Amino acid sequence: MIDLDITKSHVLHQWKADSPLIACRISPTGQQCVSTSQDNHLQLWNMANGEKLILKGHDSWVHTLSYNKAGDQLISGGCEGRLIWWSVLDAEPKIIRAVDAHQGWIRGVEVSPDGTLAVSVGNDRVIRLWKTDTGEKVHEWPAHERHIYSAAFHPDGKHLLTGDLMGKINVWKLEDRSMVRTLDGATLYNPNKGQNAEFGGVRSLAISPNGNEVFAAGTHKGSNPFGAVHEPLLLRFNWADGALVKSHVCDGIPGGLLYRTAALNDATVTAVSGGSSGGILLFFNATQEKEIHRAGLPSLARDMDIHAAKGLVATAHYDQHLRISGLFA
Amino acid sequence: MTKLARYACGGVDHAVNRRKFLATASTGIGAASFLGGVASLSHRAVGSPISKNDYRVVVFNMHGGLSQLESWDPKPSTRTGGPFRAIPTSVPGIHICELLPKTAKQMHHLCLLRGVNTSEDDHGKGAYMMLTGRRQTPSAEYPQVGSVAAKMLHDDQTGLPGHIIVTPGGGGGRGNEAAYLGPKFNSIHLGGDKPPQNSSKPDAIAADAEARRHELRRKINEQYLSQRRSAVTDAYTHSYEQALKLMERREVFDVSKEPQAAQDFYGQSELGRQCLVARRLLENGVSFVQITHSNYDTHNDNFNFHIEQVGEFDIAFATFIEDLAQRGMLEKTLVVVLSEFGRTPNINLYYGRDHWSKAWSVVMAGAKVARGGVFGQTNAEGTEVTEGQVDHGDIFHTILRAVGVDSSQSLIVDGRELPIADPAAEPIWKVLV
Repeated sequence: MIDLDITKSHVLHQWKADSPLIACRISPTGQQCVSTSQDNHLQLWNMANGEKLILKGHDSWVHTLSYNKAGDQLISGGCEGRLIWWSVLDAEPKIIRAVDAHQGWIRGVEVSPDGTLAVSVGNDRVIRLWKTDTGEKVHEWPAHERHIYSAAFHPDGKHLLTGDLMGKINVWKLEDRSMVRTLDGATLYNPNKGQNAEFGGVRSLAISPNGNEVFAAGTHKGSNPFGAVHEPLLLRFNWADGALVKSHVCDGIPGGLLYRTAALNDATVTAVSGGSSGGILLFFNATQEKEIHRAGLPSLARDMDIHAAKGLVATAHYDQHLRISGLFA
Repeated sequence: MTKLARYACGGVDHAVNRRKFLATASTGIGAASFLGGVASLSHRAVGSPISKNDYRVVVFNMHGGLSQLESWDPKPSTRTGGPFRAIPTSVPGIHICELLPKTAKQMHHLCLLRGVNTSEDDHGKGAYMMLTGRRQTPSAEYPQVGSVAAKMLHDDQTGLPGHIIVTPGGGGGRGNEAAYLGPKFNSIHLGGDKPPQNSSKPDAIAADAEARRHELRRKINEQYLSQRRSAVTDAYTHSYEQALKLMERREVFDVSKEPQAAQDFYGQSELGRQCLVARRLLENGVSFVQITHSNYDTHNDNFNFHIEQVGEFDIAFATFIEDLAQRGMLEKTLVVVLSEFGRTPNINLYYGRDHWSKAWSVVMAGAKVARGGVFGQTNAEGTEVTEGQVDHGDIFHTILRAVGVDSSQSLIVDGRELPIADPAAEPIWKVLV
């Protein structure tokens, strides 16, 4: 384990792809990173030297990905509704299987803590569970009234959380798919009557490693959604009773939206803000409403992932770069 | 500004009698009566005689600027294409965006104009151009297509206004859309699927008392008009009488009068119900209905917004087209889908598309427009028109021609000859049948 020092955040590497980037994830080993881009491709990056391999298989953009527990496979979810399992440690990575899984966009894919299940959610408002080793669909159920934007397994391995456009965060018991409760993230929903626009949503969900807190990321104060005027917002909930315990806001980011959040440890959570105010890494703790630290990024970021043990943050950027930052001196 | 009616020399309302205009224009005889001189000889004749009730126009105004890439001219798997795929339609070889699956099944009724270049990226100016067929200038104001259609096509005997605009909430309606045609041809604005505001008689006023009030008003009006008649007083009088007729026909605006099956067919979305109102208005003789679908000005999060907006449009629009076709109304109804401009092929930093007028799309259906075709083409990334370029002026001419109006004709207003469409443009003949 590295000694984390978020105040020393600095860019270690920046590697260029062929198209603006959309999403990224760091492998569990920290030896590889994957990104997706507007040309519908995936890029596998060797974290040691920045060499990349191109993966082609989707007919549309890919907003969401998840490595399996061993890090030798990757599952990607595309806007065409297709899930693709990739082998990613081979010299020539290949498709293991492709499944037409959803009607419309897939917005969230995540592998369970024990590595046996994967969840996928999207615009068809259905949650689907898959066996990671065979790709067999285990369960599916209609779960929300509006598009499902995000999904996350609780570290206890027994619960699943899903968040939608309206800011509803449903907690599901995996054993029988019953809904335990709904967390109220309505402040993440930004309808604008003048523009006849519905905007916002639970763009990302994360849970602290000890399982005690849930984080929901997105935007609020959407005074002009069409003009990208909206501010970042991170909600902190108590897992035990679902109560909202803090709304983390940020000053001076009039054009910000938190595309993703991730818990670095039980004390600190990070999120990446994109939007017209640029790319910014934000760090929060339980005691302060506003961020405890922010680090500007060289270009607008659209996604982020962390490798907490190595103190690494990957960010996917509009300027076609994948950037790897270190949270240490 | 008050314009006095000059009946002796042919004021606005008398310069061109619609029935006579259309009938004579259709044969080419007597055109000089309206145009005069050599100019009349160069004007084309309309193909066949029509009566003014025959044709209708419906415009879907996709307010804010619909993305052509997320609708009529998709460029999947290109730098500019975005996340959506193209899907086949009912016409082999023609593909549109996957956000329009129901509309794709009605493609055999539609004509896509993919080569629109209006070179104007300002909302207000772009809207003016698309609705008047002219560039905005400080020196002249031109009537919108709804006012022209009302003048040329509408029969006052219907008891309904000829020019109706449906907007979410019913805002607007105080503009000078009719310009030199006069206020009679300005629009009535409807909010959603509701009748015009204040169009029912208060219960406290008995019917006979109401009749006596109007009788008194008419007598006073006649006394006044005998000496002080002007275009404005005529418009004022017309508005009163039209309002009374409209009150009598208030049920036309009430979609609950439709059979439940029809209501179910159109669905419960606001746009769906507005389309059902539009169909009822057309059936009852309204010549022009404009439905505003808002909003498409998606500089930010373009794709999420288009999922919502185009998704709603697809269901309502496809249902409307199918319904008109099944009822045989499409033969005499021109449907146009337009915006003030399209959106940039380039995708900006926050998944948005900005204003783009150099290469975008307009759709027409029905009346004299060819069915199931595409006119015009853009390059692989949708950044330029490569074939069949047209502009707002050409589209305005085409709209009029498609409903049997000779767009090369002029109106005589205050002694001046005013072409009803820009003489520098011309109809897109290849899409007219």
